[in-house]
Amino acid sequence: MIRFLIKGLLRDRSRSLFPLITVTIGVALVTLGDSWVDGALVDIIDNNARLETGHVKVVTRAYKEQISSAPNDLALLGTKDLINDLEKEFTNMEWTPRIRFGGLLDVAGEEGVTIRQVRGSGLAVDLSEGSKEIERLDLNKILVQGHLPQTSDEILLSPGLMENLQVEVGDEVTLISSSMYGSMVIHNFTISGKIRFGIVALDRNMMIAPLEGIRYALNMEDAAGEILGYFKDPGEYDKNLTASMKEYFNKTYHNPKDEFSPYLLTLRDQNFLNDILLLYENAMGIFIFIFVLIMFIILWNAGLMNGIRRYGEMGLRLAIGESAHHIYLTSIAEAVFIGLGGSVIGTLIGLGFAGYLQNYGVDVTGMLESNSLYMSNVIRARISGSTFYIGFIPGVLATALGAIVSGRGIYKRKTAQLFKELEV
Amino acid sequence: MKESELITIDHLTKVYPTGTGGFKALKDINLTFQSGEFSGVVGPSGSGKTTLLNIIGTLDNPTEGKASVLGRSVNDLSSKEAARLRNHHIGFIFQTYNLLSVYTVYENVEFPLLLLDYSSDKREKMVMDALNWVNLADKKNFRPSQLSGGESQRVAIARAIVKKPELILADEPTANLDAKNSYLILEIMEKMNQELGTTFIFATHDDKVMKSLKRTISLEDGRVAGDDLAKA
Repeated sequence: MIRFLIKGLLRDRSRSLFPLITVTIGVALVTLGDSWVDGALVDIIDNNARLETGHVKVVTRAYKEQISSAPNDLALLGTKDLINDLEKEFTNMEWTPRIRFGGLLDVAGEEGVTIRQVRGSGLAVDLSEGSKEIERLDLNKILVQGHLPQTSDEILLSPGLMENLQVEVGDEVTLISSSMYGSMVIHNFTISGKIRFGIVALDRNMMIAPLEGIRYALNMEDAAGEILGYFKDPGEYDKNLTASMKEYFNKTYHNPKDEFSPYLLTLRDQNFLNDILLLYENAMGIFIFIFVLIMFIILWNAGLMNGIRRYGEMGLRLAIGESAHHIYLTSIAEAVFIGLGGSVIGTLIGLGFAGYLQNYGVDVTGMLESNSLYMSNVIRARISGSTFYIGFIPGVLATALGAIVSGRGIYKRKTAQLFKELEV
Repeated sequence: MKESELITIDHLTKVYPTGTGGFKALKDINLTFQSGEFSGVVGPSGSGKTTLLNIIGTLDNPTEGKASVLGRSVNDLSSKEAARLRNHHIGFIFQTYNLLSVYTVYENVEFPLLLLDYSSDKREKMVMDALNWVNLADKKNFRPSQLSGGESQRVAIARAIVKKPELILADEPTANLDAKNSYLILEIMEKMNQELGTTFIFATHDDKVMKSLKRTISLEDGRVAGDDLAKA
C-alpha cells in the first residue's frame, strides 16, 4: 500500500512537485534567514567585544557612571595587581588593560605653527611582546600602510584622520589632551601606519597607540581606564556565564562605599547592547514565526486546493472500501513525506547560500555611512547547529498542519457527498 | 430475512435537509433483492435512483425505515464497518469510470486488493483474471488517458469484480458509451452474473440496459411506481 501511494505521489506532480517546491523555497529562506540573523548577531557581539566592550570589562564605579565619555581621571589604579587577581579568579579568561582617550591632533608647519587640527578618538592597547591585542584587533590585517608601532611614541591613524590632517606615514603629529589629573598634556607621536577597520564609525577618526606611550603621555602609570576580559575560547561566551561572573566579582571586589573600587560590566551592560541583542534575538523569533505563518497559509491553501481536487478520489477510495481514517492518515503521511523532502532539499540549498555568505558576505558600506554602531561593513551569515534543523520546523510542521486541516473535510462531508463530487 | 435475500429495504425514506425543511428523495420504499439478481432501478433524473443505490452501497444512511445489506443493517453500521462491508462484498461501477489517472490499468484494478492485504502473487493472479474477463490483459500497463471510453469502463468493471464481490452496484454505466461499447460491457456483466452468480443492481434510464434487465424497478418522484419481474 505504501509503495502504491508513493508511486501515485511521485507521478502526480500537483501532489508532489508543487508542494515540494513551495516547501523547499520556504525552508531555504528560513535556513538562510536563520544563519543570516545569527551571523549578524555574532558579528555585533564579536566586533563590540574585540573593539570596545570585551566579554566583560572592569572599571571603577565612578568611571562606569560616565563610561560614554571615558573619563580617565576616574581610571583604575594598581592595574597590575588587579589583573593578577582577575587571572587567579577566572582562569578561563585573559585580561588586558586599555585606555580610551580623546584629544586634538595637531599638525605643525615648517615654522612650528599649527596648520591643521582634527579631533580624534584613541585607543591605547598593549602592543608588547606576548600580548594578544594585535591578534584580537586584527592589526596586521587592518594595517594598510606602514608598520605597527615599535616604540611607545609611534601611532596608527585611520584613513579619515590622515585625510583630514593631510599627513602621510612617517609624519609627526601632536596629541593635545588632558592627563589623569586634569592637566593639559602635549605629546608628539610619529605616524607608523595607516589602519582601516572596515567599520565606518572607526575609519572616520580612530587612532591606536601603544599603551605605554599613552600611559606616559597622560600620566597614567599602572593605571587604565578599563580592563577587558575575554574568554580564552571565544566560543565559550554565554550571557548567563558573564552574568554570574558579574554577580560574583561585584559581590567580592566591589565596595559600594568606594566609588573607585572595581566594578565588572558584562558585554550586554554596555552600549545598549542588551537592547540591541534582545532586538536581534526577538527579530529572529519573529522572522521564523512569520515564515511559519506564511508557509502555513500557503501550504494550507495548497493543501485545501489539493484536498478539494482530490475529494473525488477520496470518495472513490471510500467507495472501494478504504476507511476515512486511513485516507486521512495517508494524506497526512504524504504531507509529512513532502515536508521532509522539501525540508532536506531546502536546508541544503539554504546551507549552500549561507556557506557562500559566511565566506564572502555582503558589503553594506553604503548603508552604514552615518552609522556609529560597531558593525562590520561586510555582513556575513553564520552556519550554526540550528541552521541544520531550523527549516524542518516550518517545513514539516506547516505542511502537516495544512494536510490535517484540509483533510478534516473527509470526515465533515458525508461519504455520498464526496462520492457525488467524483461525478463532477 | 430469508437466506437467499441479499438486500431488504423496509419503509425506507430519505430526506435531504434544505432551507425550507427538507427534500424527500425516497418515500416509503419497500424492496427485496435476491442473490444473483440482474436488476435495475429506472426512472427519470431526480427520481431517487442514485440515492437508493448509495444507501444500498452503505455510502448514505436512511432517514427513516430500515435497509439491510448482506445481513447487516445499514442504519447501525459505523463508518469503519461500512467501509469494511464495501471493501469485502460490494463493487461499484460509475458513469464516469472514475479511474485514478496516475495509475496504470493494472494498478487501478489492483487497488481494492491492496486494502484487503492480499499477497503480491495472489493480487497478480486476481488482477489478471479480472482483466481477462474484460479482455484488457494486453493493456495492463496503459494509463487511463490512453484508453477509449469503452475500455475505461471495462477497467472500472474489472476493478469492481476483482475481489469477487457478491454485489455490484452500477450507476448509469453506459451513459457515456456508444451503442457498440454499451452492448459489449452489458454482455460482460451478464456473463459474470450467469457464471459467477454476482448480483447486479443498475441505476439507469438507458433502453439498452433496460432491455437486458431481468427485473425492472421503476421509481417516480421517490416512490416505487412499478416492479416488473416479467423477465426474471
